[in-house]
Amino acid sequence: MEGTLRGRTAAAVADTELHGRVTAAVDRFVAKRTEGLAGLEDADGLRRAARAVKADVLARLPDLLEQFADRVLADGGHVCWAPTAADASRYVTDVAAAAGGRVVKSKSMAAEEIGLNDTLAAAGCEVVETDLGEWVIQLAGETPSHIIIPALHRDRHTIKDVLVAEAGADPAELEASPEAITRFARAALRPRFLDADVGVTGANFAVAETGSIVLVTNEGNGRLATSLPRVHVVVLGMERLVADWAQLDLMINLLARSASGQPLSSYTSITTGPRRPGEADGPDELHVVILDNGRSDLLAGEFHEMLGCIRCGACLNVCPVFRQTGGHAYGWVYSGPMGAVLTPLLAEGGGDLSDASTLCGACMDACPVQIPLQDLLLALRRDREKGVGGRAAWAAWATAWSSPRGYRTSTAAGRWGAGLSPLARRWSADRTPLQPVRRPFHTRWKAGDV
Amino acid sequence: MVTCVVDLLEPEVGEATVRVLRAAGCEVTVSLGQTCCGQPAWNAGHAAEAAQVARTTLAALEAELADGAEVVVVPSGSCTSMVRVFWPELFDLVDDPDAVERARRVGARTVEVSEFLTDRDLPALTGPATRVAYHHSCHMLRELGLRAEPEGVVDRVDGAERVGWEGDDRCCGFGGLFSVKLPEVSVAMADEKLIALADAGPDVVVGCDASCLAQLRTRSESVGLPVRTRHLAQFLDDALP
Repeated sequence: MEGTLRGRTAAAVADTELHGRVTAAVDRFVAKRTEGLAGLEDADGLRRAARAVKADVLARLPDLLEQFADRVLADGGHVCWAPTAADASRYVTDVAAAAGGRVVKSKSMAAEEIGLNDTLAAAGCEVVETDLGEWVIQLAGETPSHIIIPALHRDRHTIKDVLVAEAGADPAELEASPEAITRFARAALRPRFLDADVGVTGANFAVAETGSIVLVTNEGNGRLATSLPRVHVVVLGMERLVADWAQLDLMINLLARSASGQPLSSYTSITTGPRRPGEADGPDELHVVILDNGRSDLLAGEFHEMLGCIRCGACLNVCPVFRQTGGHAYGWVYSGPMGAVLTPLLAEGGGDLSDASTLCGACMDACPVQIPLQDLLLALRRDREKGVGGRAAWAAWATAWSSPRGYRTSTAAGRWGAGLSPLARRWSADRTPLQPVRRPFHTRWKAGDV
Repeated sequence: MVTCVVDLLEPEVGEATVRVLRAAGCEVTVSLGQTCCGQPAWNAGHAAEAAQVARTTLAALEAELADGAEVVVVPSGSCTSMVRVFWPELFDLVDDPDAVERARRVGARTVEVSEFLTDRDLPALTGPATRVAYHHSCHMLRELGLRAEPEGVVDRVDGAERVGWEGDDRCCGFGGLFSVKLPEVSVAMADEKLIALADAGPDVVVGCDASCLAQLRTRSESVGLPVRTRHLAQFLDDALP
């Protein structure tokens, strides 16, 4: 994580073009989500049910994972239990290298989390992202700025620029329109799908009962990445399980509607096991990497509800802070409210991300599984390391303000004290000053003036 | 309950609240034993310090209620939320079950101003034809679930015309210490609201939290396009005969 939270957010806010792109995108998604949820008879009832499903899954997670793994093995697949990011990356890289090293990737936040692409490249593998936004940022050498819309920070013009600079597009021929760009991407990516040895995907859900992997895309790249290459590797966050297809049905209903308002994404692909004898398609080899990377540590603790996240992006889209900063300012692969909670829990650093919030609560209202994000952000503020200066300041405040006399004395001066002056200056840099009055209400009341 | 923000920064809001409550037929008392609800420390993650201060205000409000007060009225959605919603959680966290119980009892009798006035008679409220943009502050809206109440109270003022504006229920960017921890983001959030307000062209912005109004007002003044703000209590007070 580079720089400070304030530095990164201030830089993002100063980028006025970024703001326009972010707001245009998130507003569109918020409108679609509202429409999508309106198509459900009892959206809040479903959200409550989804919260209960997640609680059930997390309560039985070790058993469900065993059941899932057994089914994958029984179907002829391979299972890798990966305690750390490095374990997961190493396994995927070994498989990919052994298979020939040409990899096509469907978008996976878990794979971003473990830095998989860097490890693959270092081992000499050729990796190409196949989600259009992910492909563009891969070409541009950037990281995703939203968990669903990775190239949120770019518009069609700057996307065209990337394709011209890095993918051989002819600037005179390629129109900066979604249709033209998509056609170009399709033509560029098809040969890569056909030539690939390995398809690496994440998993939106995994069904324990049948050992199935669920991929939700709108571009079909998940489908192609799991059909054409000989080998399919799944990077599965261990918490993404559901017990059975009834639970899956509920979660799928809410995922697409919360993310983009669709009843279902264009391609909801559910695969079970590698190709069996007699089947017409499917990979020869299936490898499922069950990624821990700090998740099991959260299961029994006060933040376990964060493991219920289905990565829909709704909280990002409604967050009043996110719309001003975009995702890069959060410093890691997960951004917005869910990122502000998950990052300090899974990664080094990011302890101050809970400050990137006014605790307005919009995220909690939007979360399809009713994760108490606001409460978790507040808990993170309680739990983090406090500097000596901060502790002393609050202790002094509490001492003064826990007695009426102390409160009145400490505020009698009609100005901010030495301790608060720096903060007052931060206020008045871009706002007219906010000054304590010379005659507070309590003085007026006591004097009988009210 | 005055609230420290009103007490120290916007005492006119307190004065207007008292006048409006009297006009509604209430006898108003103000305990000088209250200080602050503890929210600044609570939001900063310092629960013990928050509880220390909250206990003082809890005791002061209890004393008033024991002394014959029937209800605690608060000119702030944010502070009402702290008392009603977060005090039990706070005292539970610092292992003070006795205070949890006391907080629940006081919380059950604590209401925000517009909540209180919704079912009460007021004298005829009249003002000049005024386009009002109502700002929904976050705690009020999402913790207390009050949307129709403040809007309804504004509508009772003859001459007031509420105008819709984009993002009227989006956070203004104050967020307590957030306003000075990430000032650039805070100001950007205010700016987006101010642009939407400029599009709607109200005569006044009314809200139930003086801090939100101060955020919008002081930013608008700083950029040279000052926006007139009135706390709901002031807006009603202005309209009293």
